[in-house]
Amino acid sequence: MASVCFYFQVHQPQRLRHYTVFDHSDNYLDDYKNAEICRKVANKCYLPANKLMLELIHKHRGKFKISYSITGVLLEQLEKFAPEALITFKQLAGTGCVEFLGETYHHSLASLYSKDEFIEQVKAHRRIIRQLFGQTPRIFRNTELIYNNGLPPIVDQIGGFDAIIAEGADHILGYRNANFVYRPPGPTRLKLLLKNYRLSDDIAFRFSNRDWSEWPLTADKFAAWINAVNGCGNVVNLFMDYETFGEHQWEDTGIFNFLRHLPQAILRYPDNNFKTPSEVIRTYPPVDTIDVPYTISWADIERDLSAWRGNSMQENALAELYRLEDKVKNTENPGIIDIWRRLQTSDHFYYMCTKWFADGDVHKYFNHYNSPYDAYINFMNVLDNLDRSCSEAILKKPSRIYELSAERQSKTSNDNVANSLCFSERT
Amino acid sequence: MKTFMLGWEFPPQISGGLGTACYGLTKAMDKLGIKVTFVLPRGTGNPVGSVRTIGTNDPRTVTQSEQFTNMKFHVISSNLRPYAGVGSHRHENFNTYESGRSLLEIADAGVALGPDNYTGNILDAVNQYAEKAMIIAGAENFDVVHAHDWMTYPAGEAVSRQNHKPLVVHVHSTEFDRSGEHVNQAVYDIERMGMHAASKVIAVSNLTKETIVKHYGIPSAKVEVVYNAVEHNGDGICHIPAEKKDKIVLFLGRITMQKGPEYFLAAAKKVLQVVDNVKFIMAGSGDMMPKIIELAASMGIGNKVLFTGFLTGEDVNRAYKMADLYVMPSVSEPFGISSLEAMNRNVPVLMSKQSGIAEVVTHALKVDFWDIDEMANKMIAVLKRPQLKTNLSKNGFHESCKFKWEDSAMKVKNIYEEVIEQAKSKEKK
Repeated sequence: MASVCFYFQVHQPQRLRHYTVFDHSDNYLDDYKNAEICRKVANKCYLPANKLMLELIHKHRGKFKISYSITGVLLEQLEKFAPEALITFKQLAGTGCVEFLGETYHHSLASLYSKDEFIEQVKAHRRIIRQLFGQTPRIFRNTELIYNNGLPPIVDQIGGFDAIIAEGADHILGYRNANFVYRPPGPTRLKLLLKNYRLSDDIAFRFSNRDWSEWPLTADKFAAWINAVNGCGNVVNLFMDYETFGEHQWEDTGIFNFLRHLPQAILRYPDNNFKTPSEVIRTYPPVDTIDVPYTISWADIERDLSAWRGNSMQENALAELYRLEDKVKNTENPGIIDIWRRLQTSDHFYYMCTKWFADGDVHKYFNHYNSPYDAYINFMNVLDNLDRSCSEAILKKPSRIYELSAERQSKTSNDNVANSLCFSERT
Repeated sequence: MKTFMLGWEFPPQISGGLGTACYGLTKAMDKLGIKVTFVLPRGTGNPVGSVRTIGTNDPRTVTQSEQFTNMKFHVISSNLRPYAGVGSHRHENFNTYESGRSLLEIADAGVALGPDNYTGNILDAVNQYAEKAMIIAGAENFDVVHAHDWMTYPAGEAVSRQNHKPLVVHVHSTEFDRSGEHVNQAVYDIERMGMHAASKVIAVSNLTKETIVKHYGIPSAKVEVVYNAVEHNGDGICHIPAEKKDKIVLFLGRITMQKGPEYFLAAAKKVLQVVDNVKFIMAGSGDMMPKIIELAASMGIGNKVLFTGFLTGEDVNRAYKMADLYVMPSVSEPFGISSLEAMNRNVPVLMSKQSGIAEVVTHALKVDFWDIDEMANKMIAVLKRPQLKTNLSKNGFHESCKFKWEDSAMKVKNIYEEVIEQAKSKEKK
C-alpha cells in the first residue's frame, strides 16, 4: 500500500518599500507592489489551481485529498487584495478532503531566536486558521521546514499537534528512506513526516526542464514511480510550494494538465490512495527514531540555514531584529509590535543571500531588490527607524512603567540567550 | 600573427582607463604570442618596464621593452606634447591643472575650450600622427591594424588602406560619453569614419555598443564587446597611518563633467548630516577642479573634502588602502576600470549605473549618478555597517579576479582571426 500525501506551502511575504536613511515615516510596506504581486499570483496560481483541486475532489468523490499550510501574512493579503482567492480556499476547506497545517503566522525564523515569540506566532496562526477555515491544525510545519531535535519539545509545549513535517534530507536518513512515518528522539507523542524530495522536486523544479532526461513528465510515468514505492514504504510525501502550479511552472508547461490527470493515474493502481497528513499518522505507526542534531531545512542543495544565515549581513540583521524584542514589546504599542513581526518574515533575509548571487538563479527570481546588499541596506534602515520609534513610544509611557520595563529588559535578555540555545544547532 | 597598433597613451604616463587598458591588453597579447607594433606620440614617456631606446635622433623612435617579448614600440615625435602636465596618475610631478593639458583632457573638455582651439590644434596633431604612422607602417609587415579611440582612427584608416590590411577600431569612449549632448561635430565625424572603415568594432561594454549602434549607424553584428580587466598587482608596500580617526570615501579620477564630481559633493553634504567622522578625498584633477573646490567651500564642507591633485603610483595604492569606500559617480562611463581596481584592492565600490562595468559586476553597490539621496544612503550604509563593508570587499575582490586580461586578449585574437579570414576571402573574389 502506498499513500500519496500532498502538502502545499502557500506564502507571499509583505515586501518593504524603498526606505533610505533619510526616511522617518512609520510606513514601511510597499503596498503597491504587494498588491500587484498578490493579484498576479492569485490569477496565475491560486485561482486556477484551487478551481482544479475542487474539480478533482468532486470528481474522485473524496478519494483525492490534499493539505495546505497558508501563512498569516498571505491570508491578510488575500483578504485585502484577492478576496476571491480566499473564498476558493474556504470552499476547499468545506470539502472535508483538505487539511490545513499550522506554522508561524509570519513565516518567521523565530524558532531559532526566541521561544516566546515563536509560541505566540504559532498560536496566532492557529487562531486565524480556525477563524477562516473552521479547522484546528494538528500537524506542524516550521518555516522552510527548518527542523532539529530542539523543535519537538517546544511544539509539545504549545500542545495540540500530532506530528511535524520536515525535509527528508539524505544525511539525516542515512540508509533509511523518507517513505515511512518516523518519530523524534525523547519522550514525545509527536511523529515525523519527511518530504520525499526526489519525487517532490520532479514536479516542483524539474517538470519543465527540457534538459532533464525524463522530460516530458506525464501523469502515468509519475504514477508508476509512486507505485514503485510499494514494498519499501508506506507513504510518499509530496511537499512543495503551491506556486509551483502556474507561477514557478507556467501554465504553458502543461503543469495543470499534469495535475488534472495525476489522481486517476495514481488511483488506477488498486494499492494506492491519497491521505492527508493526519490520516497518514493515524494509519501508519512510526518505524524508527530520527536524530537531527543539526538544523535542516528544505532550501537549496545544502538543505540547511545558509539561505537565511549564510553571511554576516544576514546574521547581523537577524541578531539586531531579535535584540529589539523586549524593547518592542515594552512599548505595548500594537502598531510597533505588528510591524516588528512583519520584519521577521524569512524572505527579508533570503533577499540578502549572497550564496549564488553572481551565478543568478532562483534567489534572483524571487528577489525584488537589485542586489543582496540593497536588501540589507533597506532592511537595516527600516529597523533603525523602528528602534527610534520604540524609544519615542517608551518615553511617552508613564515613567513608572518605563522603569519597570527597563528592569524587565535586562532580565529577559538573558532568558533570550537560553531560548536561542535550546533550539539552535550544536556548534 | 602580427598587429599594428595605434594608441595615444601608455604607462607610466596615463590619464585614464585607455593607457591602463592598452597596457594590460598588449601584455596579455604578448603572452599569447601575438606580435605587436605599438605606435605612440612622443611625450608619453618611455613605455613601462626596462626599455631600450633605439635611435633617438630619428623621427621614428623605436624602443623595445624587456617586459614584452613580442612587442615593439614606435614613438612618433610631435610638436604638440600631448601629456605635458596633467592627466597622469603616475606622473612624476604634482603638476597643477593649469600648467598644461593633455590631448585627452582637451578632448574631454571639448566645448569648454572653444571649438576653434579644439579643432585647430588637435586635428593637426591627429593628421600628423596619421602621416607618420603611414611611414612606419610602410616599412612594417603585419596582418591587422588596431586603433584605440578616435585620435588614432584616421591613422588606422590610412594605414589599413595603404597596406591593404583589415582595420579593427577599439572604442574606449565615444564623443557622447565625453561631451554629453554637446557633441563636437569634427570629432564625431572622425569616430564615425573610423567605425565604418573598420571590419570590426570592439566596444568595452554593451553600454558603449549601444551608443555605437544607435548614434554611429554601425550594424550590431559588427560590434564585439570585449571587457577590460584588472591586473592583480599585490598589496605593494605603502605606509598608512596605523589608526585613522576618520572614515574615508574616495573619488579617484579626472575632475571633469563626465566623472560627475558635483554629484559626489552633493551626496557628501548629505552624508555629513548623518555621519560626522568621515572625510571625502578627491584624487585627480581636471578642468572642473577650481569649480569643484569652490563648490565644496560654498557648501560649507570644505574642511571635509580633501583635494590631492594627481597621485603617483604608490600614492594611488595608499589612497585605495585608506579608503572605506570607493565611489565612481560618473555621468557616462564606457567601462570604468578604476572600479575594478578598487574591488581588486578590497575596497567596497559604489558605482553609477551609467557605467559599462555596472552591467557585468554584481558585488558592488549601484546608483543612478543623479540620485543624490540614494548615493548618500548607500555611502552611509557602508560607513555605518561593518558587515556590509566586509561582504562587499570580500566578494568584490573575488569577482574582480574573474576579469583577466588573458581572456580579453583571447577575444581580441579571435576577432583578428575573423577579420583576417574575411579579408582573405574578399581578395579571392
